[in-house]
Amino acid sequence: MTTTTVVPKSARAVRRIRRRAAVGRFWASFRRERGGIAGLVILAVFVLLALTAPLLFSADHLKVTEATGAVLAPPTSGFPLGTDESGRSVLALVVWGSRVSLLVGIAATVISMAIGTLVGIGSGHFGGGLGSVLERVTDWFLVIPFLPLAIALATVLGSSLLNVIVVIGVTSWPGTARLVRAQTLSVEARPYLERARVLGGGHWHQMSRHVLPNVMPLVLANTTLTVAIAILSETTLSFLGLGDPFRVSWGSMLDSAFSNGAISAGAWWYLLPPGLCVVAVVLAFTLVGRALENVLDPRER
Amino acid sequence: MTVVDEKGSYQGARREDALLRVTEVQKYFPITGGGVLKRKVGDVKAVENISFDIVPGETLGIVGESGCGKSTAGRTVMKLLDPTAGKIEFEGRDITNLSRKEMVPLRREMQMIFQDPYSSLNPRHTVGAIISAPFKVQGVKPARGVQAEVQDLMARVGLNPEHFNRYPNEFSGGQRQRIGIARAIALRPKLIVCDEPVSALDVSIQAQVVNLLEDLQDEFRLAYVFIAHDLSVVRHISDRIAVMYLGRIMEIADAERIYDGPLHPYTHALTSAVPLPDPNAERGRERILLRGDLPSPINPPSGCVFRTRCPKAQDLCAEEIPLLRELAPGHYGACHFPEEKHLI
Repeated sequence: MTTTTVVPKSARAVRRIRRRAAVGRFWASFRRERGGIAGLVILAVFVLLALTAPLLFSADHLKVTEATGAVLAPPTSGFPLGTDESGRSVLALVVWGSRVSLLVGIAATVISMAIGTLVGIGSGHFGGGLGSVLERVTDWFLVIPFLPLAIALATVLGSSLLNVIVVIGVTSWPGTARLVRAQTLSVEARPYLERARVLGGGHWHQMSRHVLPNVMPLVLANTTLTVAIAILSETTLSFLGLGDPFRVSWGSMLDSAFSNGAISAGAWWYLLPPGLCVVAVVLAFTLVGRALENVLDPRER
Repeated sequence: MTVVDEKGSYQGARREDALLRVTEVQKYFPITGGGVLKRKVGDVKAVENISFDIVPGETLGIVGESGCGKSTAGRTVMKLLDPTAGKIEFEGRDITNLSRKEMVPLRREMQMIFQDPYSSLNPRHTVGAIISAPFKVQGVKPARGVQAEVQDLMARVGLNPEHFNRYPNEFSGGQRQRIGIARAIALRPKLIVCDEPVSALDVSIQAQVVNLLEDLQDEFRLAYVFIAHDLSVVRHISDRIAVMYLGRIMEIADAERIYDGPLHPYTHALTSAVPLPDPNAERGRERILLRGDLPSPINPPSGCVFRTRCPKAQDLCAEEIPLLRELAPGHYGACHFPEEKHLI
């Protein structure tokens, strides 16, 4: 044995060093995922657009009364993506719409993840009565067709941005719950949980100290996929007129394009930009999610 | 003194100062058919009517083939599994039907060491966090602070106290088992159930860990239930040994008697398989080979469960279950035809 005295670092310092190393390792393997990087770049562009929207186009651009362009005019130098039925710039609408779409997508995902993780860990950890009740509830939400449930909820709650977020959040968690439950069951079978029980560790100790840290990577990978679905759902609900009527989102743009005869008028500039943006963002989130899954899932390595 | 109850089964020589007393404990795992209603179609009879007691400072070895129910017995005694029938007493208190919450204070008194030193430590926690978990969980605040206590414990089990910030994957198997031991003794328990504590380790490391366990036993007057399949390790550490076969105790006696004068044919066969260091003795001795496999615990043989592999089996063995009875002073066996040459 060497006799060099190692100065013990504080627990926090050690944890910080290890965390930094773990992030470094993670980034090194994520960088190899080409699709993931492409998705990340697309996302960065959209996030930047959403954050800088007020700088690019003042909020006046969204006011119908302040519209300066002709009605449903094709792209010109003044309006690069043409105008809508009230003469507003479609480009400004698309840029501003990204704010709502991203906000709803991310906020709804946070709700969905929280419910899914809680229910998943709960149903995996508590065998017997409570566990099977939670599992049945998950099944119930899983088999109910999403759209009718979301439409019913949105109608009951009324149209507002918050309600759209809530509706999407409370209808999109069962997949996550299933995934988390499976992982919880696998963690629960590991001997260190039995050891925790021998020490007299309660349910909370077992779930927070042992199960949750082992489930988190999976939840994170799942998050990006859920964001994609949530954005699509927001577009769907807005297209059906269930979104916030006072805010422009890509879904509400598609809705008004459709109801104002943009299709029969051949106004492609009104339909394509929001549609393509939805496709691009959803694709980007999916690409990142798949890449994360590949990096974090040991079986895929 | 043999206590035989109305069912005619052994209750062990009762010792008044017993720390742990296990009386006719059974553990059945139900087998359910498919479908929603979970119709019960049978039982895996993992542990069947086992009885033993342990006094403070004593080591009871439990040996048997894999699948004989020795680990299930250890987990049932620890109340990690609820016994199907029987009675478990700890320091005279009946703990058989205590709930998980009611067991929590008792966890300070009875601890467990696990077989696999790799998977029984959470890879995401530092050694310091792992060893200090008992204090946190039980709400015990050592006078000198948790960290000083943890470092003391690490030194006590032969680990470098400066390594408390390391993670389990930075340690060898033997060191990991020492971490598990430090954690088990943290709250100064009176009883530790060791479930195959050395079978995952190299032979050279096994001896160190067994010696550590013995030192700790002397220091803290610990009682061990030492579950293992390695007969020479068990012989080394045990005061008394119980031999299990298919969920039942076949023979229970002082360690030396089990090895030098086994009365049950199964024990005899087991001990005859232990290699002897002396080549002449090795060449000259009789070796009993058991044919066949362990029967299914779902549908055990009638009468004596060992009869299907026993070289001495007769008609009686299929008809009547042999009871664990005192065949020689302090030496209990469950056999109709015990090895006569060892009967004194």
